[in-house]
Amino acid sequence: MKARIHITLKNGVLDPQGKAVQNALGSLGFDGVGDVRQGKYMEIELSETDPDKAEKTVELMCQKLLANTVIENYTIKIGD
Amino acid sequence: MKTAVIVFPGSNCDRDAAVALERATGKPAEMVWHGNAELPDADLVVLPGGFSYGDYLRSGAMSARSPVMEGVIAHAKSGRPLVGICNGFQVLTEAGLLPGVLMRNADLHFVCKTVGLQITNNETIFTNGYASGQTINVPVAHHDGNYFADDETLDRLEGEGRVAFRYTDNPNGSARDIAGILNDEGNVLGMMPHPERVVDEALGGTDGSALFASLVEALQ
Repeated sequence: MKARIHITLKNGVLDPQGKAVQNALGSLGFDGVGDVRQGKYMEIELSETDPDKAEKTVELMCQKLLANTVIENYTIKIGD
Repeated sequence: MKTAVIVFPGSNCDRDAAVALERATGKPAEMVWHGNAELPDADLVVLPGGFSYGDYLRSGAMSARSPVMEGVIAHAKSGRPLVGICNGFQVLTEAGLLPGVLMRNADLHFVCKTVGLQITNNETIFTNGYASGQTINVPVAHHDGNYFADDETLDRLEGEGRVAFRYTDNPNGSARDIAGILNDEGNVLGMMPHPERVVDEALGGTDGSALFASLVEALQ
């Protein structure tokens, strides 16, 4: 079973890296690029076979290590 | 007086911190590897600067979960002094011992220079060797020093006198020019600038010496 985790900055938290990417896209000639927000994507292989249990475990992983909930949100998808 | 410096993989200011501590106390600091399950008994613990774990995941995130941190947290909860400098400050926020987070510098540049610091609160065990409002010159060297917390937290820090240092010319975008903060008990200090790098005239100044002297005084 695989967990797919997206970690993104909360609304209102400044993202200077996203801003730099936005500016770089503009200077490459891509028109119409609005706000860019940079985040993280992780895939974790799990031996757990029960999706509910797996999701609870990954939720704890996010809270304890993978995300800093002062500034970041996370979403978890459990699948194959 | 016994002092300890925690050494993480990628710490690079641990020896500077040890030298500053030895000069202040007259005794060598104990260097403690982060993988130790137990923290030796110490009156003062320093989490040094550096780039522990190569700043993987988030600066300080991996180190904050190191085996030795259980002992470091217990040390802080017992009311004994704990100082986190630069990467050490990042570790303290990641460990939940100090509020807020150190984000990427607002202009995205690594900043390495001497900055002016105003002593915002000199009634702490870390700063009582300075005058209130005094400006000192201390180097910074970081990529992730942009202090961020929500307005409610910032108001509380300011209202409770828990902002120890402010930048006179903000180098990294930190909220309210904050360079160093205290926990609510006043025994844990986190700061981005490096006082341990200015304890010798030959190395550019001695404005950091009073911080270590303040601690020695408070602990005697």
